[in-house]
Amino acid sequence: MAKLKHDMSGSRRDRLGHWLMHYDSALDEALQSDYDDDTAQEAAPAAPAVQHHRTWEKKKAKHVNFYQLVYRILAALMCCGIIAFLLMTAMQLPEFGNAADPANNEVSRRYIEKGMEETGAVNIVAGMILDYRAFDTLGESNVLFIAACAVMILLRIGQGDPAGALEEEAHDRMTEPKHDLILQKIAQVLVPVVLLFGMYVIMNGHISPGGGFSGGAIMGAGLILYLSAFGFDKTEKFFTFKTFKVVSVAALTFYAVSKTYSFFTGANHLWSFITPGTPGKLFSAGLIPYLNLAVGLVVCCTMYALYTLFRKGDM
Amino acid sequence: MEALNIILLIFIIGCAVAVAFSKNLLRSIVLFMSMSLALSVVWVLLESPDLAITEAAVGAGIDSLLMFATLKKIHAIDLADRHKESVYDKEVAEDGKAQA
Repeated sequence: MAKLKHDMSGSRRDRLGHWLMHYDSALDEALQSDYDDDTAQEAAPAAPAVQHHRTWEKKKAKHVNFYQLVYRILAALMCCGIIAFLLMTAMQLPEFGNAADPANNEVSRRYIEKGMEETGAVNIVAGMILDYRAFDTLGESNVLFIAACAVMILLRIGQGDPAGALEEEAHDRMTEPKHDLILQKIAQVLVPVVLLFGMYVIMNGHISPGGGFSGGAIMGAGLILYLSAFGFDKTEKFFTFKTFKVVSVAALTFYAVSKTYSFFTGANHLWSFITPGTPGKLFSAGLIPYLNLAVGLVVCCTMYALYTLFRKGDM
Repeated sequence: MEALNIILLIFIIGCAVAVAFSKNLLRSIVLFMSMSLALSVVWVLLESPDLAITEAAVGAGIDSLLMFATLKKIHAIDLADRHKESVYDKEVAEDGKAQA
């Protein structure tokens, strides 16, 4: 009987009932126990006067509990309603791969039939995102750059901060390279391969599958692997905040300026020194390899910067 | 090929549901990684290798790395370690007392 009761208290139904009826969630309990631990540890050696931690109110007034219940039931109902609505919408979508779909119109036919001739890119995706729709890609690269800047505003540790306020990060940074032998040996083999593969994916973006975004992400992952194996002291030799700033801004500016030129001459039917070239050659397809490189550099720098900012609050 | 497709799709749905229902955040991230990896194979089967490369690099690689970093930042990873350490410290202290 006791075993049955024990099983019952852990069952899903019981948990659901607990979730519906009680305000304390598992997260609150975990936080509470965490705070209890902290206060106990701090209070033991020092005087008990340093009880500045906020204590959780366990007992709520009755009407608050009632509204919690109402909110939870309403939330569950709303979730079910939205799921039903989305499923109904998905049922109405045209069949996948049907030739009569509205998506298969003359625009995509034009891309498929004339794409290689007009852009010089064998990889039709690269031709589309870096020539026909290059403006969208510029926006996407800028979004990544702005995301990195926003994270920097939130997480970067300024130089003028009072010492001690951020000693935890400093401590984190001191102990960062754990000198894990397995990780270091594997990184020695893998990092050059990963970086080379990333470069290959970027530079061959107009010939084979791949392109700036995927290649840049691969290179960023390789840099992050190098960082976790060998620590910040090694990476700071070649990648600092200044590197990030210069490379990202230069790549975005190059993209914007070259594409402005290309759009201006193309829209006005002017002569332009950018030609599609021979499809299939490495230096062909007009601007696409260089734009791929610019996008790849921005993505690589942004990924690495995001990781380091989250990790230690600086680059 | 059809069978592989179906297995992969069931795996993806299973992973997605498990991500939402798993209590352990670390476990959720690993499940999310495996979902992205299976999804990249599905992209290859759907003949879009561009998306497959990006999915493998971003979905399985960078996304999970950033989430691991976030977990570390909010001290969600080392809670268990800290508990172990405190137990260990207590044992050491008790040993010291016993020896003294």
